[in-house]
Amino acid sequence: MVAQNVVFGVLAAAMGLAAIRVVTTKNVVHAALYLVVVLAGVAALYILLAAEFIAVVQVIIYIGAIVLLILFGTMLTRAPIGRASDLDNDQRWLAVVVSLLLLGVLGAVLADAYGSTKLPKGAQVQRTGDVGLSIFQTYVIPFEVVSVLLLAALVGAVVIARRD
Amino acid sequence: MTLAVDLAYWQTTTLKVLVVLGVIPAAAIVLGYVFLLKMMSHMQSRLGPMEAGPHGTLQLVADGLKFIQKEDIFPDRSDRFVFGIAPIVVLMSTFLLYIVIPAGPRLVVEDLDTGVFFALAVSSLSVLGVLMAGWASANKYSLIGALRAAGQLIAYELPLVLAVVGVVMQAGTMSLQGIVRAQSEGEIFGVGFLGNPFILTQFVGFAVFLLAAQAELSQTPFDMPVAESELVAGFMTEYTGFRFLFFFMAEFGSAFALSAIGATLFLGGWHLPGVEGSLADLTGPLVLGAKVMVVAFFIFWFRFTYPRLREDQLQAVAWKYLIPVSLVNILATGVLKVLF
Repeated sequence: MVAQNVVFGVLAAAMGLAAIRVVTTKNVVHAALYLVVVLAGVAALYILLAAEFIAVVQVIIYIGAIVLLILFGTMLTRAPIGRASDLDNDQRWLAVVVSLLLLGVLGAVLADAYGSTKLPKGAQVQRTGDVGLSIFQTYVIPFEVVSVLLLAALVGAVVIARRD
Repeated sequence: MTLAVDLAYWQTTTLKVLVVLGVIPAAAIVLGYVFLLKMMSHMQSRLGPMEAGPHGTLQLVADGLKFIQKEDIFPDRSDRFVFGIAPIVVLMSTFLLYIVIPAGPRLVVEDLDTGVFFALAVSSLSVLGVLMAGWASANKYSLIGALRAAGQLIAYELPLVLAVVGVVMQAGTMSLQGIVRAQSEGEIFGVGFLGNPFILTQFVGFAVFLLAAQAELSQTPFDMPVAESELVAGFMTEYTGFRFLFFFMAEFGSAFALSAIGATLFLGGWHLPGVEGSLADLTGPLVLGAKVMVVAFFIFWFRFTYPRLREDQLQAVAWKYLIPVSLVNILATGVLKVLF
C-alpha cells in the first residue's frame, strides 16, 4: 500500500495547490485551467480507488464538458490576457465560512459513513457491468428521478432561451 | 509462441509508451502521405510531391525535419505558458487514445474494461488544448477558430457516443477486446466462419460514427475551426516550428486512432477469419492497418469531395439529424436484443 500512499500524497498536494490557485489567480482563464488540474486529480483518485468507470465519467463530464463550457462562456464574452484587477469582491469572509462549513459537513458525513473501513487488499477493478446493474436494479428509482430532474432543467433552459 | 523474456512492470510500461510514441508520427506520416498528398493530388489530376524519396514518400519526413529546425515564435502579447503547453495538451489527448486500441489478442497497451468510453472521454480533451491555443495566441482569428472548434466538438461528441452505444449494447461490453471477440465469435444466421462484423447489424451506427468522427477531426466539410479562407488557420494561426508540427501530428494521429476505433467497433478490428491464437498477434496489426486505411479512405474521400458547411448547417446536422437517428438506432438495438 506504500505506493498508493505516495501517489495519494502527490495528487493531494497538486490538487490542493491548484485549488488555491483557482481562487487566487488574477486571470479568469487561468482559474478555469487550474480547475482542470483539480478535477483531473479527482479522476486520478478514483483510479487509485479502483473505480475506473467513475474516473472516466469524471473526465468526460467535468473536464470534457463543464470546464469546457466555462471556458467557452468566458472566452465568448470577456477573457483578456494578463492580470485583471476586478476579479475580487468583498465576500472573502463569507466564502471562508461557507468553505469551512462544507468541509465540516462533508468530513463528518464521510467519517460517520466509512469511519475505519479499509479498502480490501488487492481490490479488484470494479466492473462496469456491475455499476450498470446496480444503477438499473437497486437504484433504478433514484436514477429515474434524476433523469426527470435533468429533463425539467433542459425544458426550463429551452423556455428561457426561446422568447417567442 | 511465447516471448522468451520476462519483463518487470515498469519495463513493459516503458516499452508500451515508446511504441505508442513511435506509432503516432508513423500513423500521421502514412495517412498524410497516402491521402493528403497522393490521393488528393490524383483526384485533382496532378502528381503531388515527387522529389523527396521514391514517388515523394519522404516528403512528410522532410517537412517534419524542417519544422523542427524552425524558430519557435511566441506572439508578443500572448500568454506564454498557456500558448506553450496547448499543443502538448492536444497531442496528449491523441496519445491517450492509442492506449485502448487493440492490434492483436495480446497487442494492446491496456485492455481497459471501459475501453471505448475511455477513448471517447480522452478524445474530448483535445478541445481543451484547442481553446487554450486560440485564447493564448492573442489573435482574434485564433480565438474565433477555437470557439468554433469548441462548439463543433461539443455538438458532435454526442452523436459519436450514441453511435457507439448500439455496438456496446450488441457486444455486451465496452472493452475493445471484448467487442472484437463478440464479432469474431458472432454468427450470421447460424453461419459462423466469417464472424459477425457489426457493420452489418449496426450500419446506421457506422454511418453516424463516420460523420461524427469527420466533424470531431475537423475535416472538411466540417473544417470551420481552421477555415483558411476566413480565419487564416484558425486556432493554429500563430504557431510555428515544432508546436505547429504537434498540431499536425495530433490531427492525423487522431484521424488514424478514430479510424482504428471505427474499424474495431464495426469491422471486426484485428480479427481475420480463420486466424486464431498467437498467429493473430502477427497478422493483427496488418489486418487492423488495412481496415484503418479503408475507414480513413472514406473520411478523406469525403474531405476532398464536399465544400465546407455553414455554421448553422453544421449544428443542424448534429442536433436535428444525427442525434435523433442514433437514438432510434439505440431503441431498435435494444428491442432486437431483447427479442433475439
